[in-house]
Formats: sequence, C-alpha cells, structure tokens
Amino acid sequence: MTLDQRRAAELAPSRAVAALRSAAPLAVGLGLALALHLGLDASDLPFHTKVLVDVGINVILAVSLTMVNGFTGQFSVGHAAFMAVGGYTAGALTYYSSLLLWDSGDQHGGFLGAGEWLFVGSCIVGGLVAAAAGYVVGLPSLRLRGDYLAIVTLGFGEIVRVILQQTGNVKFTADEVREAGFLDTATSLGGALGFTGVPTYSSIFWVYAFVAITLLVAHRLKFSTYGRAFLSIREDEIAAEAMGVRTTRYKVLAFVLAAGFAGIAGGMFAHQSGATLNPRELGFQKSFDVVTMVVLGGMGSISGAVAAAAILTILPELLRDLPHVWPAGVLVLALGLAFGGPKRARFALWTVGVTAAIEAIRFGARRLGVNLADYRLIFYALSLILMMILRPQGIFGVREAWEIGPIGRILARRARRAAP
Amino acid sequence: MAMLEVKDLVVRYGAIEALHGVSLSVERGQIVTLIGSNGAGKTTTLRAISGLVRAAAGSITFEGRPIANQPPHRILRQGLVQSPEGRGIFANMTVAENLDLGAFARDDKAGIASDREKSLSLFPRLRERLSQNAGTLSGGEQQMLAMARALLARPKLLLLDEPSLGLAPQVVQTIFQIIREINAAGTTILLVEQNAHMALSISHFGYVLEVGRIAMADKASTLEASDEVRKAYLGVG
Ligand SMILES: Nc1ncnc2c1ncn2[C@@H]1O[C@H](COP(=O)(O)OP(=O)(O)OP(=O)(O)O)[C@@H](O)[C@H]1O
Ligand SMILES: [Mg+2]
Repeated sequence: MTLDQRRAAELAPSRAVAALRSAAPLAVGLGLALALHLGLDASDLPFHTKVLVDVGINVILAVSLTMVNGFTGQFSVGHAAFMAVGGYTAGALTYYSSLLLWDSGDQHGGFLGAGEWLFVGSCIVGGLVAAAAGYVVGLPSLRLRGDYLAIVTLGFGEIVRVILQQTGNVKFTADEVREAGFLDTATSLGGALGFTGVPTYSSIFWVYAFVAITLLVAHRLKFSTYGRAFLSIREDEIAAEAMGVRTTRYKVLAFVLAAGFAGIAGGMFAHQSGATLNPRELGFQKSFDVVTMVVLGGMGSISGAVAAAAILTILPELLRDLPHVWPAGVLVLALGLAFGGPKRARFALWTVGVTAAIEAIRFGARRLGVNLADYRLIFYALSLILMMILRPQGIFGVREAWEIGPIGRILARRARRAAP
Repeated sequence: MAMLEVKDLVVRYGAIEALHGVSLSVERGQIVTLIGSNGAGKTTTLRAISGLVRAAAGSITFEGRPIANQPPHRILRQGLVQSPEGRGIFANMTVAENLDLGAFARDDKAGIASDREKSLSLFPRLRERLSQNAGTLSGGEQQMLAMARALLARPKLLLLDEPSLGLAPQVVQTIFQIIREINAAGTTILLVEQNAHMALSISHFGYVLEVGRIAMADKASTLEASDEVRKAYLGVG
C-alpha cells in the first residue's frame, strides 16, 4: 500500500462510525426536544408554547428554503405553496382518519399515543406529496438557467391557492365521509373559509423533533459532496457543469427535498392549536416571509436561517409590548468589544445608537401615551432595513455561525497549524 | 488516428449560426492552438467539444469514440476536460474546495490525493492560499486555480480557453511555461488564445478561426511566419 492509499483509508470512515455520526446528533436533538417539551408546560404557558411552535415551523421552512435559494442559488418564491400541499394533505388525513377510526375529529390518546402516531404519519405523507409536487414543478423549470424558477413557483402558488379555494365544505361525521367516498372526501377541504377542525397535535416535542431532522439533513447535505455540488452551481453553473456536476439533477434534488420539508412544516402548521389552515394564509405573503428569513440569515447559512427565523417570529410578538432593551444592548456591546474583529468600533457605535434609539422611542411613547403595538409592523420593517444595512450579506453570509467570528478564527488558526 | 477529430461542426444559438462547419484535429501529445478574433467562435467550439452546448450537425470523435452531444459529465469521465473562459472559479468557496470540485467526477481517493499534490507543486502559490476564498485571489492566481482544478479531473486532453486573459505580461509568461510543463508531463492540450504570438510559440499546430469557419491550418511555426496571420493577429504589418 502506498502512503497515499493508506491516508485515504484512514480518512474514509467505516460504516459503523458513519451511522453513529448520524445517530448521535439526532438522539441529542430528540433529547433536547423532549426536554423542552417537558420543561415547558403547555397548559401553563399557552402563549409561549405557541410562539415556540411557530419558531420551530418557521425554522423548518427557512432551513429548507435555504437549500434551494441558498445552497444552489436558485430563486423559489413559492415555498408556502408546498407548505399548503403538505399541510392540507396531512390535515385532511388526520382529520378524516380520526373520524373513521375513532368517530371523532378530536385529539385521541396522550403523549406518544395512537393519535400522535397518526399525526406523524400524516405529516410524513404530507411531506412526500409536497416533494412529489416539487418534482413536477422543479424538473421542467430547473432544466433551464435563469429566473424561470421564480416565475414558475409564483404561478404554482397561485394555482394551489385557487384550487384550494374551490374545494367543498368540511365533513363533520364518519357517516358523511363513508357515504361520500374517497374522492369527494379528499376534495372537501373547506374552500375559501379554510379547513377547520383539524385536531391539535403539534406539540413542542414533535415540532422540534422535525426541526432536529431538518437541521441534520441540511447540515449533512451542505458539508458533503452534495453540498459542494450545490454551492458550485450557485457560484458558476457552467463551470460546475464543466467539472462534471450534473447540474439539473442536483438542482432538482435540492428543490424536491426543500418542498418535502416545507410539506412537513405545513403538516405541523395544520395541527397547531387554533390553526387557520386557509388558502390565503399560505399564499404569497407567507412565501415572501420565508424568503426574507433566508436572505436575512445569509443565503446558504443554516445557522443564519435558524437565527433569522427565530428573530423574525419573536420580534413581532415582542413589539406588542416593547420591553427595555438596554440590558441586551450592554450584553451585545460587551461581547462585541471582547471578541469582535477589526470593525468592533463601528459595531459598538451602532449597538449604542440602536439601543438608545429604541429606549428613546419607548420612553417617548410612554410619555405621550401612544400604543406602540399599533405601529409594530413599521418597526418590524425598519428593523429589517437596519439589519440589511448592518450586514448586507445576511447575519452569517454563506458561512455558519461557528465558521466566523471568534470561534471561526480559533478553528482557522488550528487548521493552519495542522496543515503541513 | 488523431486523439480528437472534429468534423463539419455546426452550432446554433437560436437563429444565429455560430459555427458553420468547423473541422479540426488534435494529435496525442501535442499542443494545438485555436486563434481568431472576438466572436469568431473559439469558445463555442470548445463548449461543443465538452458537451456544454449542442452540436446541430457534424461529428466529434475522442479516442475513436463519438462524443458529440453526450452530457458533459460523461465526456469529462473519458478524460476530456475544459477549463472555462473567464476562469469560472467558484468565488465564495475556498481554494481547497475549488480543487475538490475539480475531482468531483472521480472516486479514487488515493489518486486524487496524489494529483492534488502534483497540481499544488505546479502552482505553489495556491498551497499557501488553500483556506482563502477563491474570489479574493489575484487574477493570475485565479487562472492558476482554474488550471489546477482542471488538472484534478485527470485530463488526457485539456481544453484551455484564454488562460492569458487580462493578465500582466510576466504572469502570462509563467502561465505559458506551466502549460508547456503540463504538456511535457503527458497531457495533450487544445489552447484557445487571443495572444496569438505566445500561443503559436509554444504550440505544435495551429488553426485560425474566422467567423465560424477554419480559415487556415498549419504547423504553428509556419502560421507564425505567414503574412496573413502576422497582419491580422500579431499586429505586425
Ligand atoms: N449563449 C449565446 N447565445 C447567443 N449567441 C451566442 C452565445 N454565445 C456566443 N454567441 C455568439 O456566437 C458567436 C461566437 O461566440 P464565441 O463566444 O464562441 O466567440 P469567441 O471566439 O470565443 O470570442 P472571444 O474571443 O471574444 O471570447 C458570437 O457571435 C457570439 O455573439
Ligand atoms: Mg471566447
């Protein structure tokens, strides 16, 4: 064996090691989801629970969309349509199966009970149906380079919305369902009024279990041969093809996966407490929100998408009753000064300025008796603009949180020392 | 039989016909150059050979096998590799990641590692910059990266599209020196160049392309001495 061959053999992990590498983070993810679930009593803090579930759903949406818009550099603006396809599929499956199985559309069984497994199965089927839709939409439009995908996904979103609006009224009893038969039932999705009555199953545990799976898949993809192929397409499609990357295939793969995860997120959305599964809710506006998260996080950054999804979901809620921000400002300032790079002075100035401005607005509003909650959408838009001025490449750019900043510098230094 | 045979190649972009029947051949072990003015169809010819654009008519044979209109990844696997015009490096990826992509179609880990070593010893400046983003390299370094990356695909025939584009004379010298070294190590080269003088000086054979047609074909030294070429492409007159 030559030295090179030996090195290659050392580098190739055995099958067992590879399996363990996948299983361990997944187990940790599921454990965290469970801890979060048990730690936060949903009946005690229904509002916090709802926001956390929203964050989880949006994380799945943003991370999956960054596989397309970030990794491969395509531009999809119809993510909510795949969410709708998955959500309606999953919602209808759970609801009508519950009617037939248990003669009631309500929640059935407790934690990890039969009802929950029906829900998980429905969400997976919803994901598969959305992925299939992604294939049908993606294959023809991704063969071509350029902006076709944006136009096609926009059109697809409208088609989904209009079709859903034409569906019939939701059926309420098992007898009705049996009488109507499969096709009629499958098209009884509530029309423009929305699909009401889907039982509530989207608990913190299940949502975050799927968040863990999504993150694991996205991370695996990005830091593998696939990821390299995706990024090369985004950087220069012709050069990628010249290197033997089958560009259409990889673009379609990313698109189908993303659509599948959007479908699962739709399933979670459908089974949320007080969910309004209606065509308007899952229209262009929702797609646009997800695009905003991806852009804000940094196109192609998984940790960026997570951070942006969390910030953009929590921010409007915080703005309902603006809290003091100076403690956060001081903390950010201290961290920035301690670990910041060469631009730390500018960063510090911005932090102080923004903190002072928000405090001033808060103080002024109190004095004048203005209810800031009425203006929260303006603040939301303003903070988006501000973030884009501060970091036009998004929170983390293409890279991940641990690749930049202080940790990144330490890792890079270590890598340089290890290199021959 | 020549390593690469192109016969009566026609390429159309929509209604525009860019190549009206180009024929050329590349002998194993040689450096063959294709010169011609802007828009003559040089890039188009290379792209048709490596499968990046469709050939509307004509035939392309590589090592005796027809390859016209095969998908690019299949042509690449047979040992025909193109380093695209304008370098086509992946700017937001590191130098190391760019090199990895050169070996994308291969799975012989040991072979890749040793070819990577060889490429890096040919371009030592890249070794110092492995973890740097490719977009932050200088123009000359980017060209070196593009060539090193193409070498990682283990070409039998390397297609180079204007490697001297936009580079300072000194760097051009270096690049051409390395092209000779690559050729001396056993790789056949089809070189497209604006810099006709330099290209002809290192080549065995040359073709002159004029608006989609081969106007002249001869030994490189003969072309360099001919009046037409001197007037049109060498700025001597
Ligand atoms: N994608 C395209 N669509 C339409 N026309 C094209 C396309 N690519 C090239 N052409 C046309 O085909 C002709 C040949 O172009 P090509 O790029 O092959 O020229 P070239 O010899 O490489 O020129 P240069 O020296 O400027 O690189 C030109 O007239 C060009 O405008
Ligand atoms: Mg050209």
